[in-house]
Amino acid sequence: MTYSPLLLAGAASLALTAPLKAQDLTAEVFSSWTSGGELKALDAIKSEFEARGGTWENASVAGFENANAAFQNRIMAGDPPAVKQLIVGQDPLEFIEAGLMTPVTDVAEAGHWADVIPASILESITYDGEIYLTPVGIHGESWMFYSMPAFEKAGIDGEPESWDEFFADMDALKAAGITPIAWGGQSWQEAKVFNMVLLTQVGLDGFMKIFVDKDADVLSSEGVKSTLEIVAKMRGYVDEGAPGRNWNDATAMVIEGTAGVQFMGDWAKGEFTNAGLTPEVDFGCAMAPSTPGMIYIGDAFGYPKLEGAEAAQKLMAEVVMDPKVQVEFSLNKGSMPIRTDVDKSQFDVCTQKGLAMLEAGTIVPEHAITITPEQVGLLTDFVGEFFNTPDADIDEAMEQFAEVFE
Amino acid sequence: MARRQKKSFMPALAILPTWLTVVVVYIGAMVWTLNLSFTKSKLFPSGAYVGFDQYERLLGSSKWIKAVSNLATFGVLYVLGCLVIGFCLAAALDRKVRFENAFRTLFLYPYAMSFVVTGLVWQWLMNPVLGVQATMQGLGWESFSFDLLTSRDYAIYGVVIAGLWQGSGLVMVMMLAGMRGIDVEQWRAARVDGIPAWRVYVSIILPQLGPPLAAVATLLTMGVIKTYDLVIAITNGGPGTATEVPAKFIMDNLFQRQNLGLATAAAIMLLMSVVIIVAPFRYASYIRAKRKAGVL
Repeated sequence: MTYSPLLLAGAASLALTAPLKAQDLTAEVFSSWTSGGELKALDAIKSEFEARGGTWENASVAGFENANAAFQNRIMAGDPPAVKQLIVGQDPLEFIEAGLMTPVTDVAEAGHWADVIPASILESITYDGEIYLTPVGIHGESWMFYSMPAFEKAGIDGEPESWDEFFADMDALKAAGITPIAWGGQSWQEAKVFNMVLLTQVGLDGFMKIFVDKDADVLSSEGVKSTLEIVAKMRGYVDEGAPGRNWNDATAMVIEGTAGVQFMGDWAKGEFTNAGLTPEVDFGCAMAPSTPGMIYIGDAFGYPKLEGAEAAQKLMAEVVMDPKVQVEFSLNKGSMPIRTDVDKSQFDVCTQKGLAMLEAGTIVPEHAITITPEQVGLLTDFVGEFFNTPDADIDEAMEQFAEVFE
Repeated sequence: MARRQKKSFMPALAILPTWLTVVVVYIGAMVWTLNLSFTKSKLFPSGAYVGFDQYERLLGSSKWIKAVSNLATFGVLYVLGCLVIGFCLAAALDRKVRFENAFRTLFLYPYAMSFVVTGLVWQWLMNPVLGVQATMQGLGWESFSFDLLTSRDYAIYGVVIAGLWQGSGLVMVMMLAGMRGIDVEQWRAARVDGIPAWRVYVSIILPQLGPPLAAVATLLTMGVIKTYDLVIAITNGGPGTATEVPAKFIMDNLFQRQNLGLATAAAIMLLMSVVIIVAPFRYASYIRAKRKAGVL
């Protein structure tokens, strides 16, 4: 077999140039974002990515856990997507430790991310000195949304400043024939309520000591006990339809004014605004009573090792961290941009409250960021069992809570 | 000679793919699972062996214990309930009622549905603020209560009810087919003797329905072990962990909780329990077959 040298050279140059033009910037983006606002948010990234010459292939699986399972199967089969939507912190840790992810440290250094990202978030995307994730937005999780008409009807003026005031208000709602708390009776939602109460009882430091240091003293402190007591007291203020209720069904109760308050992350705000309600007019957004800060969860993208996708991954990392993209993304998803140097004027009253906390640094990461997926599961089980066992013993529950962190 | 060899070679070749599937997929996967259950694998399979640690953790987990006891409760009530209800429905249709075809279709209809649909329908029906309870109370029956799913103690019975609704139709069809195969002369004889109909069904018909009964019981039992989608759709394991089942425990640990070691240990435990239940039956039928062959 003989080929002419010219033909060979031609073929070689073709092979070198052709893929660089288009194919190298093709990225399959794997996410669990499929609902209206989420899709619009993803589109903000997509259109900028395409404007810069990339080709976007959408691979979405509805439901965070379903998407994760599908992704695990693909990465283990050696066929990962170029980009995967993740949560900052412990979620992608095993993939990174197994050497299946590509770091984007060079992009981070070129873009001076360290100057524009809050330190605690930078820390949660750095593993062994290398940056692996590009954070795109953070959600505040410790919100208390309430129905203004329901509060008016029950004669409540103003947001409760303490848990005592809160329960007094709940009694007033009950007396007015309104379900006090729109409770989403699924364990993951109950765990979020538990966390917000915990933050008000043990403070920012105590919260970090529990979830990061697993500090035995804090785990057995009065703060944990009063947290359990407050959560236990909430059992008396939910309706009988609560078990198994979806968070958006609970939000609908507050929207209709048949329930007073809902504890949920800021994604619930989208339901209110989609229903045509205006913040601080039709519904109020407050943090959990007497809270010293806000619990957050961060959306990010990670980059599985995939031959030939490096250029596209680099481009994606740059696009995700673009200030304009971050604002556009967050406006649609109801989150807050990670970058501190962006134009915040377009965000509504509620997001402004969250942004203030973000800037003040009074934020703590959610458990999914700080503890392993297995511990997250154990915590969720624990809170679900505790809330749904009316005669649960507080001291026993304290021991069970501490066992989660062993 | 060569011809005979070829003759016995061809069937072996034809069955080879099936054999390979059985050996590689079933047995291979089983061995692999067993192997993983002795490691401390998290998200990825790992070679770090820890002996029976995962089994110890499993048995110390209140959630697993709950899952197994739920499976037992659900299994017994579901299989027995389906058999009883299905047999009664079949007997009722066997009385040559009018519109038999319509009823038969109606009763079998739930079986054509996926467990997810069944689960959702019953979740709504049993929701105290949306379903039957709200409707009855709205009609004026204030004290009416149908809220099994909201209670930790009773939620599993709610799951059983949905399962019965789905499974009874299958039993009915199989029983009805069996009844139609029974000689009408027996009925005439019973009528001559003046035996009441229910007595004929219990003492004469039922004993003759052994084979279809065994077949349908096996089908239902296999369904019980696999129970996953029904629970996911109705309660997702809640309230708390009240309706947890082993299959869900395994799936949760495989993916969401990234704990392969514990999940495979649970899978092996489930396999062992199936073997323990099925083995005596297999042994009994083997002995029976042998005896039969001996007699013949």
